[in-house]
Amino acid sequence: MKIEEKLAIDAFKTDKESHIRINHDICRTKCTLKYCLSVCPGHLYEYNEEMKEITVEYAGCLECGTCRIACQKGAIEWVYPRGEYGVQYRYG
Amino acid sequence: MDKIDVVIVGAGLAGLSCAYKLADKGLQVIVVERGDFPGSKNVTGGRLYLMPIKSLIGDMLDGAPFERKVVREQWSLFGRENSINVDFTANKFRDHDHSYTILRARFDRWLSERLIAKGVFVIPKYRVDDLLWENGSVAGIKAGNEEIYAHVVVASDGALSFMAEKAGLRPKMMPKQYAVGMKEIIELPEEKINDRFNVESDEGCAHLYLGDVTKGVFGGGFIYTNKNTVSIGIVAGIQAMMAKDPPLDAYTLLDSFKERYEIKRLLNGGNTVEYSAHVIQEGGYNGLSKLCGDGIIVTGDAAGFALNVGVTVRGMEFAIASGIMAAETIIDAKEKDDFSVRTLSSYENRLKKSFVLQDIESSKEMPDFLENDDFFTFYPERFPGFLERALWFGEGPKGKMGKTLWNEIKSSGMLSFKRLKALYRIKNI
Repeated sequence: MKIEEKLAIDAFKTDKESHIRINHDICRTKCTLKYCLSVCPGHLYEYNEEMKEITVEYAGCLECGTCRIACQKGAIEWVYPRGEYGVQYRYG
Repeated sequence: MDKIDVVIVGAGLAGLSCAYKLADKGLQVIVVERGDFPGSKNVTGGRLYLMPIKSLIGDMLDGAPFERKVVREQWSLFGRENSINVDFTANKFRDHDHSYTILRARFDRWLSERLIAKGVFVIPKYRVDDLLWENGSVAGIKAGNEEIYAHVVVASDGALSFMAEKAGLRPKMMPKQYAVGMKEIIELPEEKINDRFNVESDEGCAHLYLGDVTKGVFGGGFIYTNKNTVSIGIVAGIQAMMAKDPPLDAYTLLDSFKERYEIKRLLNGGNTVEYSAHVIQEGGYNGLSKLCGDGIIVTGDAAGFALNVGVTVRGMEFAIASGIMAAETIIDAKEKDDFSVRTLSSYENRLKKSFVLQDIESSKEMPDFLENDDFFTFYPERFPGFLERALWFGEGPKGKMGKTLWNEIKSSGMLSFKRLKALYRIKNI
C-alpha cells in the first residue's frame, strides 16, 4: 500500500496556512543530512530540485512530532495546527 | 482578575482523569482540547493495565468502551527469513481485569462525555498558544485573543508538551530519548480475529516483535487485537533511524512488516481504516520533565511518564494515575489557598509513593540496557538461525544434535565476554 493511499484514508481538515515552517537559511547552511526526508511517517518532506530547497506537504501531517525532534538544527518550526484543523483520528 | 480553579490543557487520559477527580470535589474546571472532539488527536498502541490504578479510579471507568481483555501475550524474534514465537496464556489473566486493548478516539471521547455529564466544561477545537504569567507564576492560558485565568494550569498536552516547554519545565527534546510509533487499524470480522489469534470474543492478544521488523534498529513491532479491528504498528528509535547509513525510511517499516509471511495471513482480507503516528518517550527516569512549578503541574506523557522494558510497554495507566494525583494535590492546595510550587510539589511525593515513579525509577537503567544493538540484530538473527539449522534435515547425516548446537552457540560469539558482560547487567534492571 502506497503511503499516499494510506494518508488518503485518514480524515483531515486542512487549514489555509501551514503549521510547519522551514527556515531555508538554516536548512541550507547548517544542515547537511536532512533527516526530515527519512524520519517522517507520512513521507511528507521532499527536496525540490528546481527551488533547491526542502518542501513539506503539511496537509497530510499526522502531528507525530518526529521531524521537530529529528531536526536538531532548528530549521523546522513546528506548532500544532489551529484548533479543529489537522488530522482527526476516528480510532486512535 | 477573576480566576477559575483549574484549566487543563489536553483531553487525553491524564487531563480527563484529573478533571474527573476535581469535579468530584466540586472544583471549577475547564478542559481545553485542540481536536474536533476529545480523543481525535490521541493515539495508543495499545493496551491499558488496570490493576495498578484500580484503587485510584473509583467508578471512573465503569462501562468504559474496552476492546478486548488481553489473555494471550506473545513475543517474536524476527530474523530476516525466519522467526521464533513465544505464546503465553494463564487462567489468572482471564480471571482478572488485568489489561485491555483500547482505541483512544473512542475511549477518550466516552470519558469526556462522562465528564460533561458531571458539569465539567470540555472545550474542543481550542488550541492553547501560550501561558499567562503573574509575578513569575503561571496564571492561566491564552488562545488567540482569549484568555482563561486559573489558579493552576495542568499540562496534559502529551509527549510534545508545548506547555511544559513554555513553562521552562522541559529541556530540548533529543532524538535519543524518543521513538516514533506508526500504526494501522485493520478491520476484520470479529470471528476471524477470534480464530486467527486463538481467542474467544472479548478476549484478545498482545504481540511484540523484535529484530528485522525495525531493520535491526532500536524498537519493535506490535499487534493488539480489538473487537473487530487489529492494531498493527512499528516503534523505532528516532536517533537509531538517523544513525543508519543511509538513514532508515520510517514510513517503509510498517509495510515490510505487514508483508512478512508470519503477519500476512493474520491480516488477509482486512481493510486498513486508519493510519496514525506519534512520538513516544524512551528516556525513562532520566527523560522526565520537572513535574511542577508555581501555578502549573505536568501530567502523563507531557511529564514523560512512559516505560518500555522490552517485553512490555506502558504509559496510559501512568497518565491516569498522575492525573488523579495532580487533582489530589490541587484539592489540597485549594484548601490551603496556596498554589505555589511549595504546595504543588507534594504531587511529586504522591507519585514517588505510588507505582508511577517507583516503577519508572526502578527501571532507570533500562534505556541504557536496551541501547545494546544485539537485542535488535544479533539475537533476533541467531536464535531463529540455530533452530533453522537444528530442525533442517538435508541430504547426508545430521550428526550429534547437542554438539552441533553447542558448536553453533560457541562460534556465533554468543558466549563472548562482551555479550556475557552485557547480559550480566540484567541484574541492574
